[in-house]
Amino acid sequence: MSAPSATASTSEPSFLVDQGPRHGLLAWLTTTDHKRIGLMYLAAMVTFFFTGATIGIFMRLVQLSSLSHMMTAQTYNALFTVHGVIMIFLFVIPGLPAVFGNFFLPLQIGARDVAFPRLNLASWYFFMAGAVLAVTSLFTGGGPPDTGWSFYAPFSIKTGTNVTLAVFAAFVLGFSSMLTGVNFITTIHRMRAPGMKWFRMPLFCWSLYATAWVQILATPVLAITLVLVILERLFGIGIFDPAKGGDPLLYQHLFWIYSHPAVYIMILPAMGAITEIIPTFARRTIFGYKAIAFSSMAIAGVGSLVWGHHMFTSGMSLTGDMIFSLLTMIVAVPSAIKVFNWTATLYKGSIDFQPPLLYALTFIFLFCIGGLTGVMQGALAVNQHVHDTYFIVGHFHYVMFGGTGIAFFAAFLYWFPKMFGKMYSRAWAYAAWFPIFIGFNMLYFTMLVLGLEGMPRRYYHHLPQFDTGHVVATVGSWILVSGLLILFGNFAYALFKGKKAGSNPWGGPTLEWTTASPPPKENFATIPTVTGPPYVFPVEPRP
Amino acid sequence: MTEQTKPMMEHSEGSPGYGTFVAVWAALVVLTGLLVFVSHFGQKAAVWGLLTITPLKAGFVFYFFMHLKYEGPLVKGVVFVALGTLLIFFALTYADVAFR
Repeated sequence: MSAPSATASTSEPSFLVDQGPRHGLLAWLTTTDHKRIGLMYLAAMVTFFFTGATIGIFMRLVQLSSLSHMMTAQTYNALFTVHGVIMIFLFVIPGLPAVFGNFFLPLQIGARDVAFPRLNLASWYFFMAGAVLAVTSLFTGGGPPDTGWSFYAPFSIKTGTNVTLAVFAAFVLGFSSMLTGVNFITTIHRMRAPGMKWFRMPLFCWSLYATAWVQILATPVLAITLVLVILERLFGIGIFDPAKGGDPLLYQHLFWIYSHPAVYIMILPAMGAITEIIPTFARRTIFGYKAIAFSSMAIAGVGSLVWGHHMFTSGMSLTGDMIFSLLTMIVAVPSAIKVFNWTATLYKGSIDFQPPLLYALTFIFLFCIGGLTGVMQGALAVNQHVHDTYFIVGHFHYVMFGGTGIAFFAAFLYWFPKMFGKMYSRAWAYAAWFPIFIGFNMLYFTMLVLGLEGMPRRYYHHLPQFDTGHVVATVGSWILVSGLLILFGNFAYALFKGKKAGSNPWGGPTLEWTTASPPPKENFATIPTVTGPPYVFPVEPRP
Repeated sequence: MTEQTKPMMEHSEGSPGYGTFVAVWAALVVLTGLLVFVSHFGQKAAVWGLLTITPLKAGFVFYFFMHLKYEGPLVKGVVFVALGTLLIFFALTYADVAFR
């Protein structure tokens, strides 16, 4: 793939121009073009992200002593549940695979579309149907669910709130995830361009491949578990109810068999995007291509076996505790391999410090804090101390937001010119970074400290000794949101008023940069033939 | 030749015929009867019956009714990866349940 050259005729209209019998909104809603479907996911997810962030802001406000009675405890319970459901099921899990995976997987492997374009559209409809059901659950039945996003039994089978519909929403969303996984695996196996051997694939594709396996192997477990919760609530079958001989810990096992690997569904594509960005702006081939590819598969494999570390204080057997603790330590190894390879790629590179690289480096910094605090919790003794405290909340926000969220922004900054053919203001992208980075750490590092001091998570009120920490975290949340508004305001402005971007403004080495910006409907005028490995430099930018 | 240029249907086509279907169906009925019979010997026997006889029945369904027998190595590999994953999930869950 060395020195890619443009393969699309510049006279071909872009995929953004309606070319079929339908026009306008109807053309978008019936499209089977992977790029349009990616953008439809993007529009939906940005909406959900800001909805979830707004709820998060309200949750922080409650923790200010002067505003602690702005809502009832029950409303607070509903808010943290809805915040979790929206952010996890509607943004972080599908985020990178559904948006950038859909858009760039076929482009990066030299294909015209995914293997099953109609199934791809069906996945989007499942996603939207799940989202509508989740929102409906807030206003119907017994009101918003108050269980937390994990729907733990036996509380979830006893509470009078509308858990049944919320759980069904998650069940429907799972279908979207599974179908996307099936589509990506088939696409990678069947649709690669001539010469695109497995070890010539861009590493973002490897990360999507690993993610897709987790999606299709783990998601059905959650689907069945959620059906069992519904059956419990409707018919009292007793599988999770100790009063009927059931086992509530079985629910936790089944839930985390999916939901821990889901963390890797969230983070693997993020790591893949970072792996694309770093060599482009270091102007160096990636260090340890095969190590990164195999570490993606290793994270997917080992990461599927560590779910029990969520249950160390639940009453699980000591044997189980020890096995899961050991496995948790092991999963840190392939993650560390990636971090080592990224930094080794940067070493002695010709660094071009563009906004995507700034956000990619931020990802590495924040993800390392998130990952290392995770390893701390893998130790049984530490886990006893910090379980269900703000330390956990801080940790998973470092991984999910500092990791996946920031990688999402980095990927968007990297691929925005390709997706829309427009360039955003780089100055504003840098400007947005400061409040995001400072606000983020004020908010979540403070949570780590609060947790170590003993502040429990999901508490409506707190003791006076935690006041200062909560004030710092809440002010941090305002600073963080101001940065997010600048970042997305910049994107929105660029969509309408941005300067035209060339086909390869960054000098990217992979196939998506060989076609026009935005790409034509079928991506390439002729299917490219790949003759070498990816990440071969120099590549001349075409701004 | 890349996989894109290979024919999409690489497995050999085959049909088991009605005789095989009926024989497999009869085997499934017998195995179901055996499972019910075993469950009369207490909860432990019922659990072991479930763990051994049910996968055997599922295997018959996969192999004949869902045409796994006639698929290529890739599809067979995918099924075995899924079943292997399930077994590992079982084993790790038992690391808790069996030692409580």
